[in-house]
Amino acid sequence: MNDVLDVTLRLLLVFVVFLTFPLIVGQTEHKVMAHMQGRVGPMYAGGFHGWAQLIADGVKFAQKEDVVPAGADRRVFQLAPAVALLPYLLVLLAIPIGPGEGAVGQVLDAGVFFVLAVMGVGVLGSLMAGWASANKFSLLGGLRTAAQLLAYELPMLLAAASVAMAAGTVSLTGILDAFEWWWLPWQITGALVFFIAGLAELQRPPFDMPVADSEIIFGAYTEYTGLRFALFLLAEYAGIVVLCGLTTVLFLGGWHGPWGADGLGWVWTLLKTAVLAFIVIWLRVTYPRLREDQLQKFSWTLLVPLALAQIALTGIVKVVFL
Amino acid sequence: MAPIPGSGLAKGLAVTLRTMTKKSVTDQYPEAQPELPPRTRGVIGLFEENCTVCMLCARECPDWCIYIDSHKETVPPATPGGRERSRNVLDRFAIDFSLCMYCGICIEVCPFDALFWSPEFEYAETDIRDLTHERDKLREWMWTVPAPPALDSGAEEPKELAAARRTADKLAQQQAEQARQEERE
Repeated sequence: MNDVLDVTLRLLLVFVVFLTFPLIVGQTEHKVMAHMQGRVGPMYAGGFHGWAQLIADGVKFAQKEDVVPAGADRRVFQLAPAVALLPYLLVLLAIPIGPGEGAVGQVLDAGVFFVLAVMGVGVLGSLMAGWASANKFSLLGGLRTAAQLLAYELPMLLAAASVAMAAGTVSLTGILDAFEWWWLPWQITGALVFFIAGLAELQRPPFDMPVADSEIIFGAYTEYTGLRFALFLLAEYAGIVVLCGLTTVLFLGGWHGPWGADGLGWVWTLLKTAVLAFIVIWLRVTYPRLREDQLQKFSWTLLVPLALAQIALTGIVKVVFL
Repeated sequence: MAPIPGSGLAKGLAVTLRTMTKKSVTDQYPEAQPELPPRTRGVIGLFEENCTVCMLCARECPDWCIYIDSHKETVPPATPGGRERSRNVLDRFAIDFSLCMYCGICIEVCPFDALFWSPEFEYAETDIRDLTHERDKLREWMWTVPAPPALDSGAEEPKELAAARRTADKLAQQQAEQARQEERE
C-alpha cells in the first residue's frame, strides 16, 4: 500500500512540474524578451503584470476549432502533438533534483541512455506533423527537422558520453554522486556543446530553421490550430525545462552547491535550471536565425570536433591523473 | 588589430542585457495620459465668434472636408439716415475628420484667427460617419487650445487691444463731455 502511495505521489509531483514549469518559462520568456526589446510585455491578463497571459492563451487555444486538412493523413496528423510532448514528460521522470533516492521520479541505471534516447523521440513528433500535413511547407519543415536532428544528436551524445566517462557510470544519480567541483572547468567544452546542441534539437532560435516563419510559414506546425498547436508550443517549453535540467545534472553538478547540499540541494538544482532557462531566452532575443547551410556547418565542423576533443581530454585526465 | 573572434556575439548579448535593465519606453496609454507637447496638433478647433464665413478655409482645404453653410442678415444703420449693412451669419461649420489629413492649411489661411490647433486627440468614433464634427464640438475644442505665447517685453501692443482701448477712450471722453454739458445747464 505504501509503495503504491509513494509511486502515485512521485508521478503526481512530476506531472505537476511538467504542467507548471513550462508555463513559468513561457511567461518569463514573454517578460524577459519584452524588456530586452524595450517593451513591457503582457500587462493585462490576471491584473498584476499580466501573470495569467499564458492561461488566457490556453483558453483561447481551447476555444479554437480543431481543423484537420482534407488531404492530411488523419491518424498521424492527430497523433503528432502527443508524440512531440510526451517524451519530455518521461525524461522529467528521470531527472534527479536532490541527493538520495527520494528526490527523483524514478532511479534508472541507464539514466543518460534513457534520457537522450527518449528526447530524440520528441523530434519525431515534428517529423510526423510535417509529413502528415499534406503541405509542402510542412514537409520542408519536417525535413529540416530531420536534418537538424541528425546533425545535432551526435555532438549531444558525445558530450554526454564524456561526462559518463568521467563519472564511470551512465546513471544520472551516479554521475551526481561522483561530481566534484573541478569537473566544471574540466567538462566546460562538453557543457557548451551539449547545451548548444540541445538548443538546436529543440529548434529554439537561433537554430529555428525548421520553423523559419519568414521562409516556410511555421514549418511542420503550419496546418495546426487550437489545442494541438498549443501542445506543440508546450512541447517546446517543456523541452527547455528538460534541456536545462539535464545540463544542470550532467555538467553543473545538480544539487551540489557551495553550501547547503544537505537540505537545500533541490534549490540549487532549480536555481541552476532557471539560470540556464534565462540564457535560452537571452540567446533567442539576441541572435538572428542561422541559415540552413550555416546550421549544418556549425554542427559538423565545430560542435562534433569539439565534442570529440572533450572526450579525448576526459580520457587523458581519467587515465593519467585519476 | 583584428577583433577577437566571438567578440561580436558577446557584444550582442551585452546589448540585450543592458536594454533589459533599462526602463522600457512603453506608455501605459489608456491608464495614463501621454505627455504631449502643449501645442500638439491633435484636432482643429473653431473660434466661431471670429468666423466671417469668408470660405477661404473650405476652398483651400486639399480634400474638401470643411462644410460651411451661412445666410445673410441686414443690420440696421448705425446712424440715422445711414445705409443698412449686411453681414454673414454662420449656420453650419463642420469638419469631416475621416477625410482631414491634418495639413493645417485651413488654420494657416484663416485671416480672422477663427481656426486653431488643439492638443485634444481622443475623439475616435465607432462609425466613420460620426467623425464629421459640427460647430458645437469644434467650439468646445477651442477651450483646450493653449493661450498664445506672451509678447516680448517692450513689444508693440497687440492691434486688437490698441483698437479696443481707442474705442473705450473715445467713449469715456464723450461721456465726460456730456456730463459737463449737463452740469452747465
